[in-house]
Amino acid sequence: MDTQVFAKKMRRYILDEIYTAQSGHPGGSLSIVDLLSVLYNEEMNVSADRADDENRDRFVLSKGHACPALYAALALKGYIPVEDLKKFRNIDGYLEGHPDMKKIKGVDMSSGSLGQGISAACGMALIGKRENRPYRVYTILGDGETEEGQVWEALMFAGHYKLDNLCVIIDHNNLQIDGKIQDVMNPEPFHEKLQAFGFNVIKIDGENPDRIRGAFKFAREHYGRPTAIIADTEKGHGVSFMAGDPAWHGKAPNKEQYKQAIKEVE
Amino acid sequence: MAEMKSLRDAYGETLVELGEKYPNLYVLDADLSKSTKTEGFAKRFPERFVNCGIAEGNMMSVASGMATCGKIVFASTFAMFAAGRAYEQIRNSIAYPHTNVKIVATHAGLTVGEDGATHQCLEDLALMRAIPGMVVISPSDAYQMKAALRFACEYQGPVYIRAGRLDVPVVYDDSFTFEPGCYRKVADGEGISLMYTGSFYDTAMKVRETLSHFNINIKIIDVPSIKPFPEEAVIEASEDAQLIVTLEDHNELGGFGSAVCECLTSLGSDKVSKHIKVLRIGSGDRFGKSGKAADVLQRYGLDAKSVAKAIIRDKYPEFLDVLEDEIQ
Repeated sequence: MDTQVFAKKMRRYILDEIYTAQSGHPGGSLSIVDLLSVLYNEEMNVSADRADDENRDRFVLSKGHACPALYAALALKGYIPVEDLKKFRNIDGYLEGHPDMKKIKGVDMSSGSLGQGISAACGMALIGKRENRPYRVYTILGDGETEEGQVWEALMFAGHYKLDNLCVIIDHNNLQIDGKIQDVMNPEPFHEKLQAFGFNVIKIDGENPDRIRGAFKFAREHYGRPTAIIADTEKGHGVSFMAGDPAWHGKAPNKEQYKQAIKEVE
Repeated sequence: MAEMKSLRDAYGETLVELGEKYPNLYVLDADLSKSTKTEGFAKRFPERFVNCGIAEGNMMSVASGMATCGKIVFASTFAMFAAGRAYEQIRNSIAYPHTNVKIVATHAGLTVGEDGATHQCLEDLALMRAIPGMVVISPSDAYQMKAALRFACEYQGPVYIRAGRLDVPVVYDDSFTFEPGCYRKVADGEGISLMYTGSFYDTAMKVRETLSHFNINIKIIDVPSIKPFPEEAVIEASEDAQLIVTLEDHNELGGFGSAVCECLTSLGSDKVSKHIKVLRIGSGDRFGKSGKAADVLQRYGLDAKSVAKAIIRDKYPEFLDVLEDEIQ
């Protein structure tokens, strides 16, 4: 499947999940669609028929609330029947409000409590290094999430152990629940801080598939240090009335809004 | 004098043995490997040891990530910084995904001594017990510790093991096997049953000796398995008894004493007498303080004399004066 098509379908699925559940986080799900579509459709060595392969690449969604996007990608990859997306956040479903690895093949770590996913990714990468395994580990964090102290413990760990099989992606959409990250609790400057923690750092347009591809290639080809990608994105990207509005962090669209949103992403 | 050995020393030695047996066993520490005794493993298997520095939250989540790659992961630090500081990482990163991480927390309780209240964790059993699916073990001697560790390696899922700092008497031998819900009756008696968890064997036997001067012959039961909790131990303690005394180096609110009471109240009157009373002895609902471990235990009423006194005060107040003379 063409990655643009993959991304387009993901947007549709995300809106379907959140609208059907009347609950969920559209803003931060839509901002990572392009990142996830390149990861799952091109970059990562993963497939549903060998979900337990110990040499598969790993992905940890540290910003677990953006799981509608992850579920959409997993559905497109055949891990989850598309039909099941309708039971997102539903008492009879298994697609929890934050990902549960026990219930879903393809989810490499349960996440949702901010700051913990990146640490788990570090643990996976460390085993890969110590045992000379071929796999790579990817994790996406929210920019607001980096306000958690544990993120910096994990970054220190990754730098210290030179986890060059780890790729940390910061979804830099500039917004958190209470507003702009610069106003709530400024974690910037990312570039200098990440460099100081021992990372190769690249800043890209996180909605441009070519730039995203290039960044992953750069990460793969640089040894001796982990790589951090600061991906500039837009919260709610693809839906005009959600884009750039922190009000859409954790709110479901009503019927009219849903219809309008679908029209925009189709 | 009985042989003395700390649980953490037993941990350190056993880890090396287990490291030989299980090539997929990794050990994590947070800059306390000399104190928690993971240092021996680190020297023997440097490629399977990871020092996480003073960052316990990260350590717990890292441990879980490693466990998803097919590893048995031991993570150690002081109980305060494992169950306390990293509580939420243990809950969400380890217990919720039910990964194969074994948290061995040393320096639990008042017996930390001189370092004082900030380092004396008196809440870890309560915290760990409340997490779904967590196995909680509080061994009383070196061999119980060893057995608990062997069990932990074979068991698939998270385990919390509590250890104190001090050298304590060796009570059991290498034949001790740990099973979930296990306990040991270490002395028979009637009227009063003393149940303890952790390294209170000597204390309990001294209490028994003291009370024997009044023709009170107490039963003693050692409970290392905090979760799952052995219902049978409570049934056995309540047989021919009107009073169950619980003893722990932990706040009795939410700890071992609470577990005994919860178990007792949920047992029907066909299994236990409804007239039985529980006297819970723990650190009290208060923080610890600095001092020599023995002095702190005494100040908090956890030495043999204080425990004997508490029992007499509760059951035979008329003997209190005599007791003072008896145990001078």
